[in-house]
Amino acid sequence: MAGGFTKSDIGGLLAKQGILIAFVIFMIGFTVANERFLAPENIMGVVRSSAILGVMALGVTFVVISGNLDLSVGSMMSFSTIVVLDLHDKIGPELAIPAMFAMTLCLGAFIGFLVGYLKLNSLIVTLGMLSAIHGLTLTYSGGKNMDIANKGETWFAVFGQGSFLGIPVPILIFGLLAALLGMVLGKTPFGRKVYAVGGNGVAATFSGIPRARVVFTCYLLSSLCVATAGLIQASRSMGSQNTVGQGLELEVLAAVILGGASLLGGSGTIFKTIIGVLILGFIQNGLLLVGLQFYAQYVVTWVIIILAVWLDIAAKRGRLLSPIA
Amino acid sequence: MQNETRTRLIKKGAIWGFILFELAFFSIAGSYLSLSESAFMDVDNMLLLLKQSAPIGIIALGMTIIMINGNIDLSVGATYALAAIVMLDSMTWPVFAGLGDWVIPVSWILALLTGVVLGAVNGLIVWKTGVDAFIVTLGSMLGYRGLVFMYNGEEPTSQLNWTLVDFAEAQFLGLHTATWFLLAVAIGLWFVMNRTVHGRNAYAIGDNREAAVNAGIRVGPHMMINFMLIGFLAALSAAVFYSESGSVNPNDGELFELWAITAVVLGGTKLTGGSGSIVSTLGGVIAIQLLRKGLGYIGAGTETVNLVIGLILIAVLFLDRQLNIKAKGELKV
Repeated sequence: MAGGFTKSDIGGLLAKQGILIAFVIFMIGFTVANERFLAPENIMGVVRSSAILGVMALGVTFVVISGNLDLSVGSMMSFSTIVVLDLHDKIGPELAIPAMFAMTLCLGAFIGFLVGYLKLNSLIVTLGMLSAIHGLTLTYSGGKNMDIANKGETWFAVFGQGSFLGIPVPILIFGLLAALLGMVLGKTPFGRKVYAVGGNGVAATFSGIPRARVVFTCYLLSSLCVATAGLIQASRSMGSQNTVGQGLELEVLAAVILGGASLLGGSGTIFKTIIGVLILGFIQNGLLLVGLQFYAQYVVTWVIIILAVWLDIAAKRGRLLSPIA
Repeated sequence: MQNETRTRLIKKGAIWGFILFELAFFSIAGSYLSLSESAFMDVDNMLLLLKQSAPIGIIALGMTIIMINGNIDLSVGATYALAAIVMLDSMTWPVFAGLGDWVIPVSWILALLTGVVLGAVNGLIVWKTGVDAFIVTLGSMLGYRGLVFMYNGEEPTSQLNWTLVDFAEAQFLGLHTATWFLLAVAIGLWFVMNRTVHGRNAYAIGDNREAAVNAGIRVGPHMMINFMLIGFLAALSAAVFYSESGSVNPNDGELFELWAITAVVLGGTKLTGGSGSIVSTLGGVIAIQLLRKGLGYIGAGTETVNLVIGLILIAVLFLDRQLNIKAKGELKV
């Protein structure tokens, strides 16, 4: 499980809450640098633009805690965006949305079957699926961009552009889904099984936990989140390229790792993942506000990811440098 | 024992069998489906295929030694782009204005040096912090790409030097320059992995790190050397390719890491480290390029290539597991 106390209390505190502390320091730093940073509209804007990444990260959190990886979420998100946009004009939004969810869930179920029941290596399987789903999307669309014909006459835009009680709908979806999945992971027997399978798969199997079914369900949840993200993306832009989600899989993974989930499985929470997503979003925004060029955020994100993971394991082993000779 | 030898033979021969199958399939299917007049197994076509395999191939060979060592490198695509920019841009630096065509080796050396330094940064972080190579290189993939964009914005960097283009397009004994580089790298790495202490230790570390440490092998320097090697090779691949094309976009090299890993896995190298072969990776690289070319030849679009390669990768993983279970009688967990 997460944490593990070390010799000093400070080390333990850093290990458990380091990411939260870093987050607070960042927020203070950016606020001092630019007073607009903490303005409500700015914060709302950041959370809103992080919502798509965030929704995907929720599902990947389950997969990572169960000890696996999912590199296919980016191309799967392109797939669901393209499909829902295409079907919108053909069968109407009421039918297009469930149809898209069903198709995306099928992809998730296929990956879950391969990794869960056939016990294949998740990195290679999802790497293969990254490529395969991209091919599927291109075959489906014929390589063309998808656009909704009558953008003014449909209520489809509500998921990406609407707002309810003053809160943008993407944030609402992100919040509700996070609360729901946070409950599932933290408060249900299924959630405990996910931690058990990721912490020690062999021990979990011998304790009678159906490892295959748990992993399968994690991938199903991941594809559910991806479909939701695709819906928000499609509704926000009302038109899309085939490569809209390209590269997102690694950003999502970065957010989850930044939140402190271990790639070895067995640790991480939904709350920490949300912090990871927000850190990425606020760094991007903050660096722009203090006047750095857009691409500097990549370099800063790099340094932060390494530092976050390094300090995490350094606190756990009680020394800064690794014992590797 | 005999059973084990047979399994190993099947595994080693599988990729070459697959290549033969591809050749036969595309030749036969092509004679019905292809619109082109020339045969698929045309000599020029095959020579071109080898040349086109070179950029990913050189990187994939480097990825093999990284994976044998038990690590992974996701930053090769960004390293490739950065080295390419350094090479093309340095040719226009005023410092080198008086050099004439001697600027070519200078800019090549600068590009290769860039690759080595970027690799060394990865290696040093993996060594000293103990953070998993997957996370370290995932981070530097973002970071190095950021440097690429900061260097020249979103504009392409272009510099055509005709002496260099002639060199890159030359054919010696029928093979293109890029093919020679691919073969030279393959032979060089084969030698390193099979005939030197470093190679033997790299296998040992990937197979069982704890045992290697107990045997007195210093894990860190070996990992570091391998990361510097793959950085060097990513830069070399860029230098060879962009000598001919002369223009690099900041997005170039994206997804190269995934293609390289696919080629390595097709060649039978294990993700967990400790086993794998340079020659089989060469087979994996050729198999992928054959598939691309062959599908194009029989009139299938580029989209099918992605689909087919993804599914083949999963199928290989499945077959490999079946073979392993039969060989070992693995405990079912």
